Amino acid sequence: MSRLDINKTYKLYIGGKFPRTESGRYYAVKNSKDNLVANICLASRKDFRNTVVAARKAQTAWANTTALNKGQVLYRIAEMLEGRKEQFIAELIAQGESAKAAQKEVNRSIDRLVYYAGWSDKYQQLFSTVNPVSSQHFNFSNVEPVGVVSIIAGENQSLLGLISLIAPAIVGGNTVIVLASESKPLTAISLAEVLNSSDVPGGVVNILTGKKDELFSHMASHMDVNSIIYCGDDEKMTKSISEFASNNIKRTVFFKKNDWYNEQNESPYIIEKTLELKTTWHPTGI
Amino acid sequence: MLPNLNNLPVYDTTGVDERIARFCSRSIKSSSKKEGLKLAISMIDLTTLEGKDTRGKVQQLCYKAMHPHDLLRDIPKVAAICVYPSFVSIAKKALEGSGIHVASVATAFPSGQSALEVKLLDTKSAADQGADEIDMVISRGEFLAGNYQYVFDEIATIKEACGKAHLKVILETGELDTLDNVRKASEIAMYAGADFIKTSTGKVQPAATLQVTYVMLDAIKDFFIKTGKMIGMKPAGGISTSKIALQYLVMLNEVLGEKWMNKNFFRFGASSLLNDILMQLVKAETGMYQSSNYFSKD
Repeated sequence: MSRLDINKTYKLYIGGKFPRTESGRYYAVKNSKDNLVANICLASRKDFRNTVVAARKAQTAWANTTALNKGQVLYRIAEMLEGRKEQFIAELIAQGESAKAAQKEVNRSIDRLVYYAGWSDKYQQLFSTVNPVSSQHFNFSNVEPVGVVSIIAGENQSLLGLISLIAPAIVGGNTVIVLASESKPLTAISLAEVLNSSDVPGGVVNILTGKKDELFSHMASHMDVNSIIYCGDDEKMTKSISEFASNNIKRTVFFKKNDWYNEQNESPYIIEKTLELKTTWHPTGI
Repeated sequence: MLPNLNNLPVYDTTGVDERIARFCSRSIKSSSKKEGLKLAISMIDLTTLEGKDTRGKVQQLCYKAMHPHDLLRDIPKVAAICVYPSFVSIAKKALEGSGIHVASVATAFPSGQSALEVKLLDTKSAADQGADEIDMVISRGEFLAGNYQYVFDEIATIKEACGKAHLKVILETGELDTLDNVRKASEIAMYAGADFIKTSTGKVQPAATLQVTYVMLDAIKDFFIKTGKMIGMKPAGGISTSKIALQYLVMLNEVLGEKWMNKNFFRFGASSLLNDILMQLVKAETGMYQSSNYFSKD
């Protein structure tokens, strides 16, 4: 007897829960042969607003988690992803990758998580400094997370690209709100399921699916977001994001025409992009 | 005189929930939303009721009450400041000439577990220092024991001690268990001379809910029909977002009507609601979602 297909409902990931969009809307993702792959939540600006609340709430506790613990959590994500490789490969293939490319992308994604897990208790030494000053002070700068980070993911290498952005941001103590690749969102939501079973506290990583055109202005202008990362080549959008971001002096990070396999994209300097320096002047010799 | 409490309407929670679900589904957008939010600000009893309150905090709160936001235009002042009796004279001085009332909790707030003489002294002292409004608590223990006459007499005695000050009677609905009890306590308070009935102290969970507020509004309506006297309503505790505030206003309008839609007959007892409304109004003005970092905390 034949069985009916049991298809997954792809939902959003906000504050450790999987709600549908409050707007009730969805959009269809199709493959190159124009067949329906899945219906995906079309998140609204109100979903984004709610997500910022969740991300903000989780931020302080996550930043105060010990470096060792953060590293363990990242490593745990890699372990969980390893166990669900087949699903991710199948989804990448459904989104149009070749079997070989899909396999390669999943493997590299797992390795990248392990890479950043290792950096969790090391980047601090690299970026913090003791500064010579000509007064009676001990002057030092140390790194802190910027806070809540909006990420607009690119349209290529949907899984590797996503991990290459999320991992360095969270290992630095930030919480993130990701708008997944518009054309290839499946792996993003499946990644949310992995995160949810990997000891990542709710609200540290939040994943939305939807249209860039509709959400980018809110992601760039929200006064409670401290940094925005945009992956893409749209010049107008880049300019507009910069303008919106200036209102609360958000850190802006842009990745253009990016190949996520490139070794420049596996570097502690990516962690540094969502860190800020705090300098302390400590009186001495009194 | 204590009213007959045997023929009161009985509340079915499912029915109340359904009615409330309808209030919550009203769509209030753009300009009507702005007007609603400004109305809500004008109805706030900006409250601080903590053991750690200081002169400085109360003075700062008074400043905030008079100038909720320095850049937004046409923002009304809040209706009143609500403090412990020890801060009445400080608040009174800080608010001089602003028209903002000073409300003081009294009668051994929040538990009400003291002798009547102590409660009377508490009330008189607050009123003598210039409190315009007194927020008293009822004796929930006596009420739950069925000693309605005691509760009625106590409220009536406190009302006398208030002098010119308006009396708000806190039912502490979170401790009354059923909606029928809320209705009963509302009747007792109104007939005993309350100017306002108020849901909660804010110290007991659940505090104000749409359900109990609905029942109390319903009681106010019936009281008005019977006696022609308009009683005010004050939900307090846990109302911290603009969205919920608007839902309360919708309910107020649909149950009691426009005559009640002003600060003389409706108040929100709240501390963080004001900032949330201001954030919404700035969002409406600028199109950008706001962060509480850019709004004064007290």
